[in-house]
Amino acid sequence: MAIGLFRDGVQPGRLEPTRYADNFSDLHPPLDDHEALVEADRCYFCYDAPCMQACPTSIDIPMFIRQIATGNPLGSAKTIFDQNILGGMCARVCPTETLCEEACVRETAEGKPVQIGRLQRYATDEAMQQNKQFYQRAPGTGRKIAVVGAGPAGLAAAHRLAVKGHDVTIFEARPKSGGLNEYGIAAYKSTDNFAQAEVDYVTSVGGIEIKHGVALGSDVHLSQLAADFDAVFLGMGLGGVNALHADGEHADGVLDAVDFIAEIRQAQDLSTLPIGRRVVVIGGGMTAIDVAVQSKLLGAEDVTICYRRGQEDMNASEFEQDLATAKGVVIRHWLQPKRVLSEAGKVTGIELEYTTMVDGRLVGTGEKLELPADQVFKAIGQKFDASGLNGSGTALLLEQGRIKVDEEGRTSMSKVWAGGDCVVDAREDLTVSAVAAGRDAAESIHRSLTSNGRA
Amino acid sequence: MADIRNNFVGIKSPNPFWLASAPPTDKAYNVIRAFQAGWGGVVWKTLGEEGPPVVNVNGPRYGAIWGADRRLLGLNNIELITDRQLQLNLQEIKQVKKDWPDRALVASIMVPCVEESWKAILPAVEETECDGIELNFGCPHGMSERGMGAAVGQVPEYIEMVARWCKQYTRMPVIVKLTPNITDIRYPARAAKRGGADAVSLINTISSITSVNLDTFSPEPSIDGKGSHGGYCGPAVKPIALNMVAEIARDPETAGLPISGIGGVTTWRDAAEFIALGAGNVQVCTAAMTYGFKIVQEMIAGLENWMDEKGHRTLDDITGRATPNVTDWQYLNLNYVAKARINQDACIKCGRCHIACEDTSHQAITSSVNGVRHFEVMEDECVGCNLCVNVCPVENCISMVPLAAGELDQRTGRPVSPEYANWTTHPNNPMARQAAE
Repeated sequence: MAIGLFRDGVQPGRLEPTRYADNFSDLHPPLDDHEALVEADRCYFCYDAPCMQACPTSIDIPMFIRQIATGNPLGSAKTIFDQNILGGMCARVCPTETLCEEACVRETAEGKPVQIGRLQRYATDEAMQQNKQFYQRAPGTGRKIAVVGAGPAGLAAAHRLAVKGHDVTIFEARPKSGGLNEYGIAAYKSTDNFAQAEVDYVTSVGGIEIKHGVALGSDVHLSQLAADFDAVFLGMGLGGVNALHADGEHADGVLDAVDFIAEIRQAQDLSTLPIGRRVVVIGGGMTAIDVAVQSKLLGAEDVTICYRRGQEDMNASEFEQDLATAKGVVIRHWLQPKRVLSEAGKVTGIELEYTTMVDGRLVGTGEKLELPADQVFKAIGQKFDASGLNGSGTALLLEQGRIKVDEEGRTSMSKVWAGGDCVVDAREDLTVSAVAAGRDAAESIHRSLTSNGRA
Repeated sequence: MADIRNNFVGIKSPNPFWLASAPPTDKAYNVIRAFQAGWGGVVWKTLGEEGPPVVNVNGPRYGAIWGADRRLLGLNNIELITDRQLQLNLQEIKQVKKDWPDRALVASIMVPCVEESWKAILPAVEETECDGIELNFGCPHGMSERGMGAAVGQVPEYIEMVARWCKQYTRMPVIVKLTPNITDIRYPARAAKRGGADAVSLINTISSITSVNLDTFSPEPSIDGKGSHGGYCGPAVKPIALNMVAEIARDPETAGLPISGIGGVTTWRDAAEFIALGAGNVQVCTAAMTYGFKIVQEMIAGLENWMDEKGHRTLDDITGRATPNVTDWQYLNLNYVAKARINQDACIKCGRCHIACEDTSHQAITSSVNGVRHFEVMEDECVGCNLCVNVCPVENCISMVPLAAGELDQRTGRPVSPEYANWTTHPNNPMARQAAE
């Protein structure tokens, strides 16, 4: 056992150097040909399939599985990409256990759904490995469209618009494209630099230019984009992180989980990434799980997720919770942060208060608990950072702190659409939902720019 | 405890499961392994006449079709009769029969359709003290092109003639194996009976091409880019075989002629079905070729268990029990009305019943009720066709429930008649009307 495990404080290299690759390898390894055929044979080709209804992008799942079963994986990939051009990433990161696979009739029948996610990966991997391009751009329309954010929503919108013959310029604040696919999401869900490979695959249709390091509000302004382009799509995601509202949260060692996840994803050598011996994660969603599990995989000895409500309220799926506990993460419920404990400005622990429901309201019981910690990760949700919109000069209506859009993704500002995490949407903050929003907004933009489908 | 000992035309075996004449019974090594596994008998792979044996192709001999999860449903082969020396086979048959006296050992024979050939081989076979002979009039490929196998089986006169020679030149029981590659199976069966055969066995394999290679455009199995029709067998052919067995069993001209049932027997249930339709025993090949000889143990145990459950003591209790229930379409009761009922607790909501009914049948199953996904039979549209039962992936989820006499058939708006009435007397039948006039 590596003695690095027991070094106090925040230290890099807790594990044997060879362990990192194992720990951060594919969570669900790809299906080989035989596995894919066996699994595809399990699909019943349901009528008006429940899996398809459960998919935010409405992929024709029975059809793509049948195409795998009949030896046409490329046709299968096209069926997927027709609805979801980021089908490769969604195959990896979708919480299928709460979407298509939960709805699968074999889940009802046997408690063992068809492994739709892994089959989707099988087909899309095949197409991407062959660099098979299914789409040809329509003749150029001469229309120019600005897309803000090269995340799932922006890429999906850009691809659909490019296919329709429009010229798209994406403005991306970060140095790389992909958004959360590149900077969020646990590393073991997107291995081998898949996010960048997917960006290349999607943009290779042509007609999409990406400008990196260009942030809305500082480098470009919405009013200018609206003036310079025929339409604007905002897909910049959520820039802000909710505050803990706990005393001392500015101590050294209190970190935003999303930042740390990004750091892991961007690390060239995980053994150089410092991690605490004792880690506390505050939150109950996917981000909390992702940061907790990866802390454990980096060699943290104790990792505890503290969530202020009960297990049933956690946003993280049951599968994700089980994954975390299987990796040795302790999940504790009914605890809310009160005070970050520190010495000389450095985190030493966190004081939490037990909570309970009284008359439908969450209240502290007054009873306290102290957990020692070298690091405290905040994973209590992200919020839309509206500051980038300020320069627009035109009021863009917000709702619940995010951009207000209609059912087609139109904002209150003419020529401006929005989609993905930055909008108020009944759909959860999922990659696949962002893809659907981007795609649908692109169709709306196209309709608005054309008459009878013609530019 | 059920007694499944079998006596087929005087040939005794501890159970009714024989291995059919085919690659699994090619030589002593296989046959001994089969007997060790528990097979009641074997029909030795077909012997040819003295002299240089036939040769087989040196490329693939089998082709197949598969169901889900690559379960083998149908197999075809282009293998010929034994490619070993006659004397070697005869020596081995003699030794095996000596070592396994309680098992049935029948020799399959195929020689040219001339009296001298049969006259020559029969004493040599008889000398092995095997239990009987099966005349291979069924093999549809290779041998038939040389005037043997199916080429004989397709001409009732030849069958009768050869059966007669055999009865004349041997005291052994003679079983005639029939080819299904014929329009009416009763004719060759009748011919066999006329010739004095003790029994018929059927079906032999069905002429087939299993698939076409879409890269080379060669039929499969492909030998150097070419293919030839082969003999099809396995679970896929069982329904064809059952019908042919039943046709012979219920034909007044051949009624009582012992039948050895062959064709896709894979489980004890298949065997029981053949026996119920009139087979005295069954022969198996593809199931053994797919899973090995051990499967006979499931067949034995399953058959015994079912017989015990139902109180059947011996095979005689079940043989032919279903035969009287096989009739012609015109005698089916047109006043019998059944409706599909879906057990909502068992339903997994795949919707296949709905789409099958909606697209291809009678639009009698809902897809949603009050906006909720729900599959329910509309009895006023349901003709009772059973398609939904057949496409449902959950066994017993949908059942066909007969309406009681007097109950209202919502589709016709008429109560169900208690009377039996068939097409022969139906007013829409022009023949019936004529008779009435």
